[in-house]
Amino acid sequence: MLIAPLVVFLAVFMLWPLWIMISLAIRDDEVSEVLPRTAAALADWNGEGIPGSAAGQALADDLRGAERTRLGPAVRRLNSDISGFRTLMARTQRAADDVTDGAPIDLVAVDERWGETRYWRAIANAVQPYTDRYLLAAVDLERDPDGAIASMPEGASANAAIIVRTFTIAGTVTAICVMIGLPYAMLIAATGGWVRNALLLSVLLPLWTSLLVRTTAWVILLQNEGLVNAAITGLGLSDTPLSLIFNRTGVVIAMTHVLLPFMVLPIFSVVNAIPRNLMPAAASLGAPPLRAFYRVLLPLSMPGVLAGSLLVFMVAIGYYITPALVGGADDQMVASVIAFFALETANWGMAGALGLILLAATTILFIVYGRLSRSGAPIGA
Amino acid sequence: MGISGSSSFLAAVAIITGLSSGVAAARDLTVVSWGGNYQDVQREIYFEPFSEQNETPILEESWNGGYGVLAAQMQGGAPSWDVIQVEAEELELGCFDGIYETIDWEMMGGEDQFFDSTVSECGVGAIVWSTVLAYDGDRLDAEIDGWEDFWDIETYPGSRGLRRGPKLTLEIALMADGVPPEDVYDTLRTDEGVDRAFAKLDEIKNDIVWWEAGAQPLQLLASGELAMTAAYSGRIFAANETEDRNFEVVWNGSIYAVDSWVVLSGSPNKDAAMEFIRFASLAENQAKMPPEIPYGMSNVDVSNMLSDDVLEQLPTAPANLEGALETDVNFWVDNVEELTGRFNAWLAQ
Repeated sequence: MLIAPLVVFLAVFMLWPLWIMISLAIRDDEVSEVLPRTAAALADWNGEGIPGSAAGQALADDLRGAERTRLGPAVRRLNSDISGFRTLMARTQRAADDVTDGAPIDLVAVDERWGETRYWRAIANAVQPYTDRYLLAAVDLERDPDGAIASMPEGASANAAIIVRTFTIAGTVTAICVMIGLPYAMLIAATGGWVRNALLLSVLLPLWTSLLVRTTAWVILLQNEGLVNAAITGLGLSDTPLSLIFNRTGVVIAMTHVLLPFMVLPIFSVVNAIPRNLMPAAASLGAPPLRAFYRVLLPLSMPGVLAGSLLVFMVAIGYYITPALVGGADDQMVASVIAFFALETANWGMAGALGLILLAATTILFIVYGRLSRSGAPIGA
Repeated sequence: MGISGSSSFLAAVAIITGLSSGVAAARDLTVVSWGGNYQDVQREIYFEPFSEQNETPILEESWNGGYGVLAAQMQGGAPSWDVIQVEAEELELGCFDGIYETIDWEMMGGEDQFFDSTVSECGVGAIVWSTVLAYDGDRLDAEIDGWEDFWDIETYPGSRGLRRGPKLTLEIALMADGVPPEDVYDTLRTDEGVDRAFAKLDEIKNDIVWWEAGAQPLQLLASGELAMTAAYSGRIFAANETEDRNFEVVWNGSIYAVDSWVVLSGSPNKDAAMEFIRFASLAENQAKMPPEIPYGMSNVDVSNMLSDDVLEQLPTAPANLEGALETDVNFWVDNVEELTGRFNAWLAQ
């Protein structure tokens, strides 16, 4: 009974959205719902040439009675297969409305595209209840006419490259956060009083500021005539302003700033709990400071570093606004592609499939993390 | 989870659904527009006067567009918005899907009262806005004629700003390559035309800064980060007025589009919603918009009520329409997914 709120929360906010995302990515019933007679007529078509006139008749009958709110999604689904399907269906529906039920209709006369095999094949492929097309398209693959998996033509899509880029950027940011966050957390743990408070505050402050404000601040700081470049050219370090923004450098700087607290805080909580007398003990056994650090302090801080890395990495792969505002052409991450499909074109299948790929990658990472953290102290020891 | 557990779950669900349906039935007329300065002006000239005159409270919201947002609203059952200002793509898609109420044009004052391109089965045109070439007159003292000059990095050095995405970008590239505006979409409908546009973009690929939000290009122009940019016309004049800028606008090769008012079907406030659109489409009310933000208006009588200074800043002024291109909605609704995939691949090369 006491865990009922937790169970409800998990069901409503975790399992249900997850289920929706998975089902969106593989379900493909929009077309068969609106075109049931066409689906039946195409069931025993071999996919060669043009199906018989019965299929055209069935299509006309289906379109005539179609409910608009359900026809729309079906047509968008077909249009994302072959651009132009939408206008083709609109024209065909108007023609179908003009003839009475059962009267013969010549679709090729309505629009000559009905004389092309690929339009019919697209409908035939779309009437199966489930599909792998979204998942394949999320990594730039498709099925060729024979049903075999093949890569999309060059230059048609860059989802795979964008996913790889997303992981590269997230990995870079995580690595830099470790390099800054680990010494910083140890410094906080080593100090006390107001110094510790000041250090903690300066890392927490960005967390309390809106993401948009922080990102915009970086635009002002890093632009060609911004403060950083003014300082660099003023000090004579460089004659021309460095390009620090609208490229990968800008994205990594801005994201590291935003995500650093997620690295510092877990490491700090672990390091702070390490008994203070271990380092003197190592020294008394003859270990020089560096050796004592590598053999004692670093292995003991590893759980914090792992937890921080996991946190930073997972938050980083979902970044959208920062790359959009301070990134260049080659820095957009997969979240922007998901937003395009979900918000712009209402292609929820593609959005779900891309989300699923991200989720799968994250899950694998989480399992690796579980293994590493369970294996305990041995790392580095 | 025992019996009490599942009953508390059911209770929670009942409370949630009860709340949402209660809100839907009792809510005020909800009007959704683009936010920012633009919505501030709309509040002053449409929302508040309408509210006072009809004693109907208006609940305002803003959005950033995208058909997915509307489709999701409709899938959820009772939509929480009534009147929405939409772009031409959302009008076209939603009208086909039947998610908007049909417009009674007699009530709006008759179709003759409006410019042809602002009349549709499901929406009443609100404004005509335009994407233009802009540069900072204080930094660049030159006669810029059009997109050919935009591509001429040698004569006019500096970065160029374009909106990230294939829409507008491909049209601009073709016009820069010498395609007359009236042939742009015929060319884009062929594979060679699309190849040609991307090849033209290749010429200045490394000099382009891609922007996403409408405020970005002006900020970048002001800071000197960009020498020239594509930008939304209304914002440029607003920046010149309020921030004392000297931004110049090139109308030749500008690309214009119509935003429309629509009513979501099944709206519990349908009558008030239509009455609001009628109010916002009256010439005397529309005429208050251009002096504040220079957008073209849908009502044909508005131009008689404006001074020449204001008129010549509008995208719909005859001189500005020369060499301008109207966005082809059907082309983009058909091709946006395919071309966005290709655009992303081109960027990643």
